[in-house]
Amino acid sequence: MTALVTETPWIVWTIALPLAGALASFMLPRRSVAIGLAAAFATAAAAAGLVAQVVARGAVAHRIGGWDAPLGIALGADGLSALMLAMAAVVGLGVSIYARSYLAPTPEKARAFWPLLLLLWTALNGLFQSQDIFNLYVTLELLGLSAVALVALAGTGPALIGAMRYLLVSLFGSLSFLVGVALLYHTYGTLDLSLLAERSADGLPVAVPLSAMIAGMLLKTGLFPFHVWLPPAHGSARAPVSALLSALVVKASFYVLLRLWFTFQPEAPGVAVLLGVLGAIAIFWGSLQALRQRRLKLLVAYSTVAQLGYLFLAFPLAGGDPALNWGGSVYLALSHALAKGAMFLAAGGIMMEEGHDDIDGLDRVVDRMPLTLAAFALAGISLAGLPPSGGFVGKWMLLQSAMEQGLWYWALVIIVGGVLTAAYVFRVLGSAFTESAQEHEEHAVPRVMELTALTLALAAVALGFVAPWALPLLDGVLP
Amino acid sequence: MSGGLLFALGGIALFAIGISALVLRPHLLRKILALNVMASGVFLILVGGGSGVQGVDPVPQAMVITGIVVSVSATALGLALVLRIARMTGHASLPEDRNRAAAEAKAE
Repeated sequence: MTALVTETPWIVWTIALPLAGALASFMLPRRSVAIGLAAAFATAAAAAGLVAQVVARGAVAHRIGGWDAPLGIALGADGLSALMLAMAAVVGLGVSIYARSYLAPTPEKARAFWPLLLLLWTALNGLFQSQDIFNLYVTLELLGLSAVALVALAGTGPALIGAMRYLLVSLFGSLSFLVGVALLYHTYGTLDLSLLAERSADGLPVAVPLSAMIAGMLLKTGLFPFHVWLPPAHGSARAPVSALLSALVVKASFYVLLRLWFTFQPEAPGVAVLLGVLGAIAIFWGSLQALRQRRLKLLVAYSTVAQLGYLFLAFPLAGGDPALNWGGSVYLALSHALAKGAMFLAAGGIMMEEGHDDIDGLDRVVDRMPLTLAAFALAGISLAGLPPSGGFVGKWMLLQSAMEQGLWYWALVIIVGGVLTAAYVFRVLGSAFTESAQEHEEHAVPRVMELTALTLALAAVALGFVAPWALPLLDGVLP
Repeated sequence: MSGGLLFALGGIALFAIGISALVLRPHLLRKILALNVMASGVFLILVGGGSGVQGVDPVPQAMVITGIVVSVSATALGLALVLRIARMTGHASLPEDRNRAAAEAKAE
């Protein structure tokens, strides 16, 4: 049993299984649901195997086909990769189970959904285990293309326009990243992250490509003021797709940003403060916009803009204990993935039941869908950072980092942002608990959809309890 | 000026031309073409930037071939989206660009 965990090349399986599933479900469209679900479970199992392997052995590596870099592709997973893979596995599996029921009334959409979902998952797993900057580019593009196609799946005018805008932004971001790759290769003669870390020094040869790459990743992550494409794309997609985009896809470009920062460790306090300030503006702007929205899904999408801002507060706090600020940011990314996944799935359930997602028109939804409302509330608790949720642990670590360094104004941003989050969550809950004058038809929602949303929300809360085991995985990864 | 530097500067110029078209041109077809011009600029930096001194390095060639494949797929997806948007809405441009164009026309 232990040999199975430690010796199997799980890295390969985490990429090969979803890819094979994507191809099979595309070739056999009539069986796509069965194949898709089986591949989702298999991929999640492979990710679990990889996490167990990293826990047992530390960082692992694999050379595809036995070829060495630079022409071969080297893959590797350390503690950060393992946590990201686990995040993708939990959310991916939840979305898969949910989507089976959600898409059942529209089989032609389901046939297109499964190959795209599995391709997206392949790209994510590949990205989290890439050891060179060019492979990061390729996986970013695969991720972007499958994400755009998933948004367009909804087929409505707003969704198509959202998808188009998303495609343009996404390609712009990756091309900007590729400029950085080209310049770095010509300067240092390598693409490998660890070699780049050894060879690079501070100065213009690093600063120029790194700026291009960081700008590209900010665009793709949707940090204020590059967020304008995000709410329309995330808000107009089908519910399982919105969950994938908000929970996982934006985290991928943030992960690339972190890797770049850890690799080059730029001595650029100005840039770090700028990222923090943009993050703080994103928190306020996103939360205020969320409070103003009339549609539930747009509220949740603007909440993503706000919560992504928190991840960037780690940069100006980098002067203290790295375990606190980077660890806090990574933990917030994980808990946001689970909570936001749950929230979009819950919103999808409410939309299906009510036939609309007008927040003020929600008519005592709690009577008919207590589980979904519980999921929404629990996810909201984690987003707002109330104990004992995963969001609390992440925010607490950031707060501690800010206070230890005497940077109280960042602490203030974290606290006020939490209050604003609670405000927009309660706005939805308040409306769901009260009667509305609006007429509506009630539609039955499959119980399994409610349960998956609730399970993800409970996982976001439970993340607070597993922190003592999850956080040590980051030792040795952080600078 | 060495050949490599010339290629790199040309590539950067193409990239900049692409960005300006991507931002300023409202028609979606032009935006997709602009992204292709930008991609060509990056490929030029990759292939041309390092050539000359010790013969040809195969790694940038491999990267450009991969990049072209990615760029072709992205263009195909983009064109398919443009067609569906044009059929559904009657316009091959994004609403914000149309509003901006209308506002500029009014100002004149």
